Amino acid sequence: MLMVEMCHVTFASTSEHHQLCRLEYRSRLIIKSTFIDISVIRLCFVKMACQGLAKGETIHTLKAESETLKGKLEEERAKLHDVELHQVAEKIEALGQFVMKTRRTLKGHGNKVLCMDWCRDKRRIVSSSQDGKVIVWDAYTTNKEHAVTMPCTWVMACAYAPSGCAVACGGLDNKCSVYPLSLDKNENLAAKKKSVAMHTNYLSSCSFTNSDMQILTSSGDGTCALWDVESGQLLQSFHGHSADVLSLNLAPSETGNTFVSGGCDKKANVWDMRSGQNVQSFETHESDINSVKYYPSGDAFATGSDDATCRLYDLRADREVAIYSKESIIFGASSVDFSLSGRLLFAGYNDYTINVWDVLKGTRVAILFGHENRVSTVRVSPDGTAFCSGSWDNTLRIWA
Amino acid sequence: MTIRSDRDHGQRYRPRMSCLKKLEATVVQMQDPSTGVKGTDQKLNVTVIPHVITGQDIVAWITKNMNVDNDEAQAFGTMLVAYGYIYPLQDHKKLVLRPDGSLYRFQTPYFWPVQKWNAEDTDYAIYLAKRNIRKKGVLDAYEQEEYNRLHKWMNHKWDFIVMQAKEQYHAGKARQKADRVVFDCQERAYWIVHRPPAQTHSAMDYGLDRHIDPNAEEKKTYDYYRRIIIYTQQAVMRSRVKSSVSLGALAKYITTFKNHDPFLVPCLPSNPWQTDDDSYWELNAPDVEIPTKMRVERWSFSFYELLNDPRGRADFKIFLKKEFSGENLAFWEAAEELKWGTAASMSEKAEQIFKTFLAPGAPRWINIDGRTMGLTVKGLEHPHRYVLDAAQTHIFMLMKKDTFYRYLKSPVYKEMQKKAISPAPHNFTEAQLQENMRNRRPSIDPIITWQKEQEEKAKAAAAAGPIDIKKLMASKLDRK
Repeated sequence: MLMVEMCHVTFASTSEHHQLCRLEYRSRLIIKSTFIDISVIRLCFVKMACQGLAKGETIHTLKAESETLKGKLEEERAKLHDVELHQVAEKIEALGQFVMKTRRTLKGHGNKVLCMDWCRDKRRIVSSSQDGKVIVWDAYTTNKEHAVTMPCTWVMACAYAPSGCAVACGGLDNKCSVYPLSLDKNENLAAKKKSVAMHTNYLSSCSFTNSDMQILTSSGDGTCALWDVESGQLLQSFHGHSADVLSLNLAPSETGNTFVSGGCDKKANVWDMRSGQNVQSFETHESDINSVKYYPSGDAFATGSDDATCRLYDLRADREVAIYSKESIIFGASSVDFSLSGRLLFAGYNDYTINVWDVLKGTRVAILFGHENRVSTVRVSPDGTAFCSGSWDNTLRIWA
Repeated sequence: MTIRSDRDHGQRYRPRMSCLKKLEATVVQMQDPSTGVKGTDQKLNVTVIPHVITGQDIVAWITKNMNVDNDEAQAFGTMLVAYGYIYPLQDHKKLVLRPDGSLYRFQTPYFWPVQKWNAEDTDYAIYLAKRNIRKKGVLDAYEQEEYNRLHKWMNHKWDFIVMQAKEQYHAGKARQKADRVVFDCQERAYWIVHRPPAQTHSAMDYGLDRHIDPNAEEKKTYDYYRRIIIYTQQAVMRSRVKSSVSLGALAKYITTFKNHDPFLVPCLPSNPWQTDDDSYWELNAPDVEIPTKMRVERWSFSFYELLNDPRGRADFKIFLKKEFSGENLAFWEAAEELKWGTAASMSEKAEQIFKTFLAPGAPRWINIDGRTMGLTVKGLEHPHRYVLDAAQTHIFMLMKKDTFYRYLKSPVYKEMQKKAISPAPHNFTEAQLQENMRNRRPSIDPIITWQKEQEEKAKAAAAAGPIDIKKLMASKLDRK
């Protein structure tokens, strides 16, 4: 993981700090951990980038320099590339036949289902749709437990709080709102609503961190942000995408400090939550990235894109290691998720189907039919016993 | 079509529909006179319609040429119909491909989705007006509604629209009957795709427009390149690992967790979603007395797994209590609470942590090296969310590399392994499964579970107050 070291001297002002930065930048950038205010570092980079053209520099020299550096990066990556994923997979035994059926169909939304999330109790889910309705279901009994009507349409993001006591949702209203759930069925949940995030364009995705107190959001304005729920304060913002950010996912590691985001600029970026820095970036897709999801160990992540492929990126080797595609699949993948062990990748597509891929061998193990319109979201339950798919045909299905 | 920029996201045809390029290539192939789908002439009322194909022929062609099986071929065929490349002659409002003798025709390229950029309301109004002229009252209910709506909105243009409609109607009359029928079918099919009947979704609906146009040129000023240079320099510098090592680790993770993945190996006693029996969830509840063997095995995979499972963490706490080193885990938990807590409570929590764990002579003093302690204490003067990161990482590593392994070898863990239960797999008959389906049990609301947990935590915190070593030793000495 990338962190920047400064000397062990505490800095009095930003400019002094910046000076030292420049020195380091000129010779070499050292990378270690630091315990002081890290947002200063980002300020530093921005300042360095915005320095006017120095003597002898032109746009063309800068462009040439950036091209050579990119070439060098590819070289460095290639040096350590000694084996392909399918070679490693040869030693692993093949998977058997799969029988996955729809076990529950949840009907109740009046329009396209856009997003869903599981509760940590492994059976409840929250789902949001185009008509502004957010519904909390007990998927096991198919009962609806709570319903909220948002003041906007196209609620593209929804998330269940880790405690199970609240849900967050947002969309065309550019905000992310948290609704505490209540035991009293007749209570109007909209009364206690808390407006947390404020973006300048639509909210595409939101997620609670390890507690109910913080929310991470991504937006059509090209940024991601971390918010404190109680006060609505912006804790950290993440700039680096050059187009709409469509999806984000928090790392499941013990340190829990990073997350990955994917956007319309075809890039998947890994961010450090503490400093707001873009730690790693991958740009191999040919079209918008609709969905990003971490591998269960946190050392890799998968993406689903409009170019009809899903790809696996290894964070430690710093490269793309697998492409999951087929000649006959030409519609974009809207959503991906891993099974508990990471062996299976479930991907929902715009051609109304769900394809299940063998992550190691790169082959498709099953194709699931049933939805009558685009599959917009796919998520595996917290204990891996089932996965839920939401679709533009107004229904959600639980498969096991 | 000229390519305006090299930043092609495959969307120069239509936003978010880079699939159209490939769809069209396939459709062109399907219409090849020698290798494509065979069409015949069909008699419809009095006229004969040429180049009619059947659903089963389409499915057969797709199966053969795209190397897929029947179900997938049918799904792909449905996509072709939904996007308007093929249209049904019978039951024209339902855009699905039926793999039987149902009749279909290829849509003329003039009406392909890529050609007509936006199906304008004006065009739709002209089309509806034209149909109205031909036969009064032939419009469907939803079309009538649309017609009335457009009439209201476009009142200022209505004369123009009616004039256009009349022109097109007369031009149509000049054609031969067969051509006219075919053209009418094509036009009708086009409008079903672009203005679908009520309660159905059009395939042309791609969701929302992107805020930032992906095909637009990004301004490449000097700071754009500077940023790339800085970032790439860092990226080149970062340490990476050999592919064999990291891919090996991914494969190892899969093998380790294979037996715990309900999709690969059936979970015991049975998957609640499949049999409608929720014993699996009961046996694996967070606060269950005796956990299952699988669960206990999972704790041994990594320290993270042990801490993540509340039951595992509880067991680990028992072990730590026996070792009198509970303060490490307590500190780690407190630091987590600080990191993920609400901003308002931070300074209060930081102070509490300092008093309990870090101050010299603190009741639960943690043993960390001088440098880390110094930095942490200094940082606590101006506490922020990540002020305890260094200390927390140190303590976590200590527990992970030392305490965790001792735990796995300890009698506490070994006993738990012995006590753990291994439920027998369910074997329900068809009748029992039906019974289960009728009696699906609801569960306790997570809000109640959360409230109970909070109460327990408060009680535990009050009871396990800081252990006063002096008093403890004093009482021991007394007894001697």
